[in-house]
Amino acid sequence: MIALSDYLIFGAILFIISMAGIFLNRKNVIVLLMAIELLLLAVNTNLVAFSHFHNDVIGQTFVFFILTVAAAEAAIGLAIIVLVFRKRKSINVDDLGTLKG
Amino acid sequence: MTFELFIFYLLATIASVSGLMMITIKDPVKAALWLVLAFIATAGVWITAQAEFLGLVLILVYVGAVMVLFLFVVMMLDINLSIMKEGFTKYLPIGGMVIVLIAAMMYLVLGPNNFGLEVTGNPVIHPADYSNTKAIGLELYTVHAYAFILAAVLLLLGIVAAITLVLRRRPTGEVRHQSIDKQVKTQASERFEMVKMKSESEEPIKPKEEEDK
Repeated sequence: MIALSDYLIFGAILFIISMAGIFLNRKNVIVLLMAIELLLLAVNTNLVAFSHFHNDVIGQTFVFFILTVAAAEAAIGLAIIVLVFRKRKSINVDDLGTLKG
Repeated sequence: MTFELFIFYLLATIASVSGLMMITIKDPVKAALWLVLAFIATAGVWITAQAEFLGLVLILVYVGAVMVLFLFVVMMLDINLSIMKEGFTKYLPIGGMVIVLIAAMMYLVLGPNNFGLEVTGNPVIHPADYSNTKAIGLELYTVHAYAFILAAVLLLLGIVAAITLVLRRRPTGEVRHQSIDKQVKTQASERFEMVKMKSESEEPIKPKEEEDK
């Protein structure tokens, strides 16, 4: 029998890997977006695991909505990346410093 | 170790390793393909948690639509690969430290002490004819009907935003627009005019006998 802690630790590992991707990857905006997708996947894994152990389907309904939001976010993010590449001919994170953040 | 546990650990290992490969590999196309593998393995993990509908939706929607969109964009952009991983080691010490700290905290909270089988008890195992899709559908179309409609509106917003952002407008004057007001207001007299003129008759064509000689 798979324990709840197994699912939660698996989700935590995915979360940490994708967070490491966001921290360490300072060059490619597309890999940054992919890391955000993996982050959402880790959170969804937690929701699915809790839904399984509580025998309550609301958690899975929430995952459905998160998937919808993530799909819309990916579409808009990629559109912004295409726009940035068209203006600057580069998607290097270091080149995108106009806002001086 | 039971077979179920073996499958879970196998899929979890595949997903974690592909996640690691995704953030370390240089080529964005290969990174997207590793992420696809991570998604498929995670879909398997969800299916071991009796979320069959979401596991299949993850493969269909994520691998089939979102990741293909990613691959499409990555292949469309001409990315200079030589400068792609220059700063990776620059942030490694502090980033690694933060990540190890967060991992330790997460393990303390989420580990077997708090969420082991002895604490949570065994989950409910549904019989083989139980329909996960039906359960989600009942919940989605009754309790969360408004949220479902809002999700549809959100997807429409995503379409509109993506098209508006990427649309390349032509400079004014180059493109001719349709003026519907003018078209509706127009009268028959503006379109059609009778002109008086004398009738003309064409001369008969001469036979080209000279050229044939």
